[in-house]
Amino acid sequence: MTEDPKMQETKIQAEVQSDVRKNPRRIAFILRRASPHVKTQDDARVMTYPTALSRFVIALEVAFLLLVWISLLVNAPLEGIADPMHTPNPAKAPWYFLGLQELLHYFPPVVAGVLVPGLVVGALIVIPYFNINIEGESLWAKDRKRRLMIISAVLVLFCLFLLAYDVIVALVPTLLIGVLMLWSARFSSESPRLVQRWLFSKPLSFWIMSWFLIELTVLTVVGTFFRGPGWGWILPWQS
Amino acid sequence: MATIKTEFEKLRSTDVWRTIFRSGSGSSNLHRSQAVQQNIFLHLFSVKIRSRALEFSATWYLGALTLSTFFVLIATGILLMFYYHPSVPQAYADMKDLQFVVASGVFLRNLHRWSAHAMVFLVFAHMFKVFYRGAYRPPRQFNWVIGVFLLLLTLLLSYTGYLLPWDQLSFWAVTVGSNIAKAVPLMGKQIRFLMLGGNEVNANALLRFYVLHCVILPLTAILLVGVHFWRIRKDGGLHVPEKKTP
Ligand code: HEM
Repeated sequence: MTEDPKMQETKIQAEVQSDVRKNPRRIAFILRRASPHVKTQDDARVMTYPTALSRFVIALEVAFLLLVWISLLVNAPLEGIADPMHTPNPAKAPWYFLGLQELLHYFPPVVAGVLVPGLVVGALIVIPYFNINIEGESLWAKDRKRRLMIISAVLVLFCLFLLAYDVIVALVPTLLIGVLMLWSARFSSESPRLVQRWLFSKPLSFWIMSWFLIELTVLTVVGTFFRGPGWGWILPWQS
Repeated sequence: MATIKTEFEKLRSTDVWRTIFRSGSGSSNLHRSQAVQQNIFLHLFSVKIRSRALEFSATWYLGALTLSTFFVLIATGILLMFYYHPSVPQAYADMKDLQFVVASGVFLRNLHRWSAHAMVFLVFAHMFKVFYRGAYRPPRQFNWVIGVFLLLLTLLLSYTGYLLPWDQLSFWAVTVGSNIAKAVPLMGKQIRFLMLGGNEVNANALLRFYVLHCVILPLTAILLVGVHFWRIRKDGGLHVPEKKTP
């Protein structure tokens, strides 16, 4: 690995020669661009084989034993044969799509079924390509007043939008995160409590991702356990 | 213990073993490096790893656990394929056979089913863990993107598998899902037709989902997991937080 900058500067012209019998010597040039991006050099290291590999095998066995145990205790559901003439009420998607199905209850399919998932996937993909996400600077480190104003405005508008469509399920987590976020602006890196300093240090991406995590959890749990016939409210132990 | 070790060493120095594993016997760091470098599967990984990256708190082993469930799914999935016909109504009859005729059939199906749920859960958990420890930052941007595609593949695998038992639950779950495709502007109907091989969930849809579930999606996922692991090495190993300089 050519860490030596001099090596990179000197332009070496390799001879173009493909006959191995005439010219059997080969040198491999590993350029900085192509070599692994190792940044921290001073860390203690262990061998992948056997240390890391045996850790993986342990993880595999733990997962396997747990799954075997569950599979011995609980049977996978199997209902009657598929019958296009009899729609069950409610007809539910698999659990990981129930958050979307819950949204489908409030918004037209183009919004809940196409726009929202499209935006989520798009947002996930671009996360590492935004500088603010990479610097990971506290949301309130600069421009505190202006940011406070913009964020409050966005929050109020978004909450009004959710209220207009009656999406209380999504409103509650939004309020929770919103209040925490605005509250964290009152702290500084010198606040007396650890939680306060921790909340203050968080960048915008942290708040957005945490909001997404909570919405995902709440919507999925509601769709899975609290929705019954006609997508009305039920309690999980009623059926 | 000692005898097992010497026996293993003896085995490792046999001619046959040497034809299979090119690295040969010995336990020096050189040999251990070669055991990784000269193995087609292991050479995706680097030879050494930072000890801090191996601590439980670093990753919670969520990626490793996701991979574990994926392995269980491949193994049980292949066994299930021996008992399954992707046709109507035979598919449902095969479920009944698994239940009442095949030895340990219920257990096999349970294991595949619960592992699938576990994998979906774990892949989300892994994603959030990677996010919260900031491991998507340069130079790991593209591995994050590969990860997002792995997430989508996992969801698609699970969704296509959901139809295969051909019971009321699977039929209507897939109907609900495929109706969403109709909402895509301009070409929703066409997309749904392509997905189902018809205008409703029927035998054609079952066949399409089967091919996707058992061939196309798993192969794509295996390929991408390979790239995912190779990129970890190329991106300089697993991310560890920078040491605080006092
Ligand atoms: C089939 C699904 C997946 C498998 C089997 C898998 C497996 C792994 C494994 C074993 C690691 C090593 C460290 C760890 O355990 O965290 C890893 C790291 C990583 N994964 Fe995944 N992963 C999957 C999906 C994802 C997803 C959905 C994302 C994000 C959207 C993602 C992003 C990453 C990144 C950025 C790293 C590098 C972390 C670092 O350098 O510290 N992966 N993955």
